[in-house]
Amino acid sequence: MKRLLIAAGLAATLLVSAAVTHAQTDIALEARLKTLSEELRCLVCQNQTLADSTAPLAEDLRREVRELAQQGKSDAEIKQYLVARYGDFVLYKPPVKPTTWLLWFGPFAFLLGGALVWFVVLRRRGSRGNHGDVPQGAPSANEQMGRDRAQALLDETQEP
Amino acid sequence: MRALRFLLPLGFFVVLVGFLYVGLFRDPHEVPSPLVDKPAPAFRLAQLDDPAKKLGPEDLKGQVWLLNVWASWCVSCRVEHPLLVQLAKTNIVPVIGLNYKDTIPLGRRWLADNGDPYKVSVVDADGRVGIDWGVYGVPETFVVDKNGVIRYKQIGPITPESLKEKILPLVRELQKS
Repeated sequence: MKRLLIAAGLAATLLVSAAVTHAQTDIALEARLKTLSEELRCLVCQNQTLADSTAPLAEDLRREVRELAQQGKSDAEIKQYLVARYGDFVLYKPPVKPTTWLLWFGPFAFLLGGALVWFVVLRRRGSRGNHGDVPQGAPSANEQMGRDRAQALLDETQEP
Repeated sequence: MRALRFLLPLGFFVVLVGFLYVGLFRDPHEVPSPLVDKPAPAFRLAQLDDPAKKLGPEDLKGQVWLLNVWASWCVSCRVEHPLLVQLAKTNIVPVIGLNYKDTIPLGRRWLADNGDPYKVSVVDADGRVGIDWGVYGVPETFVVDKNGVIRYKQIGPITPESLKEKILPLVRELQKS
């Protein structure tokens, strides 16, 4: 009786552990499918990922991706499978290649250009002297008038 | 140098306007297919009128043919359908139908109601062949040459213009070669 119980217990543990490892691989697969389908674009509703979309084609493509993953295909192979059929458009992150250089490096080129312009302008301003904007020499008649008025006002307020 | 100060931003502006102008006339829903100029993806599917018989692209080698993806649930298919019926009457080019994600009874009834322009229609009930062909918006029409290479893909319904200006001239050219 005791032996039977032990055997039954062992069998139960084995079953449970098998179920647990199965569940674990399932969880890993689900997580992988989720990240993968978040990097892929639904072609029907173009601003949704494959994960978000409820379009029938998105469902079919999710099924296809799942089957490929279950067959042991890598993420890169799965993406390649979809790109071969639908083009780079299915990838939310476009690949770096000559036709997308402008897209990838354009903003940095603009930043660099802006910095260059900034630098040139600053240098030119610097070479004109540190007080390039302040007129030098004797004040003009107009300025002198202003100064006199200001001085008059100051004198006035200082009187008790 | 002073002129450059005005010409450079003007140049940037003109280029930007150029890009935006071109963008005005492009339909973002038309994703260029990577399958154009590639061999047509293989399939062997049951025929709609007689599911015991199968058909695939290799049966059509040596002739120019069109693959038209259609479904009874597809609304814009009704728009292009009369054109296909007309085209079928001219006997210029055989049209093969890919009955995409549909059921056999519904597909048959749709053809009975609207006319059957197809030499053969094949059944792609689960849409797998559709995925292989990069189908994402029904109707779609492919032009396949004598060597079984896809030469053109029309996304959305065929219009009298697209038929006259693109598809038929291409078919005639491919038939000559």
